[in-house]
Amino acid sequence: MSGHSTYEPKTGIERWLDTRLPIVRFAYDTALSFPTPKNLNYWWTFGGILALMLGIQLVTGIVLAMHYVPHVDYAFASVERIMRDVNYGWLIRYMHANGASMFFLAVYIHMIRNLYYGSYKAPREVLWILGCLIYLAMMATAFIGYVLPWGQMSFHGAVVITNLFGALPIIGTPITTWLWGGFAVDNPTLNRFFSLHYLLPFVIAGLVVLHIWALHVPGNNNPTGVNVKSENDTVPFHPYYTVKDGFAIAVFLLLYASFVFYNPNVLGHADNYIPANPLVTPAHIVPEWYFLPFYAILRAVPDKLGGVLLMFGAIATLFVLPWLDTSKVRSMRYRPTARLYFFIFVLAALVLGYCGGQLPDDPVIAQPSGLLLLDADINSFVWLSRIATLYFFAYFWIILPVLGLTEKPLPVPESISEPVLSHPATTPAGAVASPEKRG
Amino acid sequence: MLRKGIALAALGLAFLGSPALAAHPKPVEREVAWSFDGPFGKFDTAQLQRGYKVYREVCAACHSMHLLSFRNLGEKGGPFYDPEYKNPNDNPYVKSLAKDIQVPDIDSDTGDAIQRPATPADRFPSPFPNEPAARASNGGALPPDLSVIAKAREGGPNYIYALMTGYRNPPAGLTVGVGQHYNVSMTGDLTSAWKGDHHKVPPGGVVAMPPPLADGKVTFDDGSPSTVDQQAKDVAAFLYWAAEPKMMERKQFGLGAMIYLLIFTVLLYFSYRRIWRNVAH
Repeated sequence: MSGHSTYEPKTGIERWLDTRLPIVRFAYDTALSFPTPKNLNYWWTFGGILALMLGIQLVTGIVLAMHYVPHVDYAFASVERIMRDVNYGWLIRYMHANGASMFFLAVYIHMIRNLYYGSYKAPREVLWILGCLIYLAMMATAFIGYVLPWGQMSFHGAVVITNLFGALPIIGTPITTWLWGGFAVDNPTLNRFFSLHYLLPFVIAGLVVLHIWALHVPGNNNPTGVNVKSENDTVPFHPYYTVKDGFAIAVFLLLYASFVFYNPNVLGHADNYIPANPLVTPAHIVPEWYFLPFYAILRAVPDKLGGVLLMFGAIATLFVLPWLDTSKVRSMRYRPTARLYFFIFVLAALVLGYCGGQLPDDPVIAQPSGLLLLDADINSFVWLSRIATLYFFAYFWIILPVLGLTEKPLPVPESISEPVLSHPATTPAGAVASPEKRG
Repeated sequence: MLRKGIALAALGLAFLGSPALAAHPKPVEREVAWSFDGPFGKFDTAQLQRGYKVYREVCAACHSMHLLSFRNLGEKGGPFYDPEYKNPNDNPYVKSLAKDIQVPDIDSDTGDAIQRPATPADRFPSPFPNEPAARASNGGALPPDLSVIAKAREGGPNYIYALMTGYRNPPAGLTVGVGQHYNVSMTGDLTSAWKGDHHKVPPGGVVAMPPPLADGKVTFDDGSPSTVDQQAKDVAAFLYWAAEPKMMERKQFGLGAMIYLLIFTVLLYFSYRRIWRNVAH
């Protein structure tokens, strides 16, 4: 997509096609010869993993849709029929259900890698924003998909989340009614959710194409955050990164398979195996694990509208991140102070996730009876969420903007090859600067 | 780096696994060493057969299992699977089990509602025609369908076993309503029904179902002692099979998949090392 194409059609048919639709040239330039920094570490393999996960979700989802019945009376039983009577239905469904979790695990690692190595900074802002849009579409798809089995958590989760829009003044109620297709979560809701759950993954696929396009214009960032200076800094994507990504994908698949085959329901909630009953509300309604940090932010605010705005604000913050971080240095390898704040940020996000799964008023530290260490109000998950939420926003809106102006970064290497070649531990004997020229 | 990533992921998952801290005491949990535990676990066919008998003779009086058909009993991994009859509808044992049960049908000549002996293709009939009828016969409580109950409760078969063996006389100071039964393993919060020391609320909850099992209530054909403990274990195993009938197929398939992926991973690792051997990175 960028730079000079090195593709040479070898056969007559390729030459004929190349002058009419240069699709082989396009594939060659983007997937095979594409120059990629040679110092990418394993954190960079999650892009490939995510592409694979999207593919798996699409294929398993299309097969599931052949057997699923989007009707409040039949949805639950049709899912169980898939598990019992459809050939390998259990495999397809468990791959799809656990695939969603694996997809989010990979996307979170992908995003954390971005934050650490400053990949969102110029000239990759559009690439980052497209990634945020993919993440947003993924959240919508995953939430809607969780409603489809029409279990207790599906139903009551749908009620809680759609009701969030009801917090908006004036337009809140009409929007909720419009989303539901009625005056409660019911059959019309399930029908439209099924339709959207089939549509959105293709929207994601379209965004992924744009994401990859936007990646191929400036090329990959790398762990040093330094721009590629010469051909010495890069290797062709194939075979170097196809094999490295391939290895990482295989390791990731091992983790995925261990869930699918040996613990397929551990990431779900037992209540979702109870058919939906609008008259019985589960003791605690909890979303899937990948939404827990946002759920904690939502509940950290005593006011419903405030909670909703703050939750959406957390996602909106990601979109403007490239303009919040004032540091010119991309990689946190050379920003020791920022790195410290970054690790606290990761901790805060994990704490939020943990709080999201707890009851807000439960104590964080179980007190020995009769001895009050902290005021009972402060010693609760809602207060822990508040502290973590505060840090979450402070990191983006205060720490990153200020730190970029005040901190003193470490010296940044001249080029990618410089730190690589000067580091004896990573230099194999007889290494040369441009490996592709050697057999 | 990769190791750190995995550790981080594991940490994240560990967070999810930890149970919520509750102010009132948690219900009593009991762990059973099941034959189907672990990556190589298999169902114990004899246990499933005993469990089916407990369900049929005790539970089925009130609890439906509407997702199950008699043919499921003769499917691979099921209690009455016979390799001689790959098609469970031909399995004579399953046929005879089905024949003993009457199912509702419509007479195709007259259109009258009739009862006829079941065939393997029929679903387990429900004990009550509808929900109000079920409630009317059970003091207002609805006996839940048991098809996927082992997946629909935290703890699965362990929970079912604990509940079946968790009936106790209520401690002095605990008010148990009419038609309610105290059970140490039932989920719930007894704080409001407890008159004693605020810090010593008894664990468990109340359940409308009276103790369903009793010593000698079911006669096991294989001569196993018919204790409450044995019946509870067997019916919990049966219900787990009913909820996850493809578990053995899943674990078997998983073993092949894991071995394949492991070999694939090792091959890719050495390919990676070989391709990158001359690149400083």
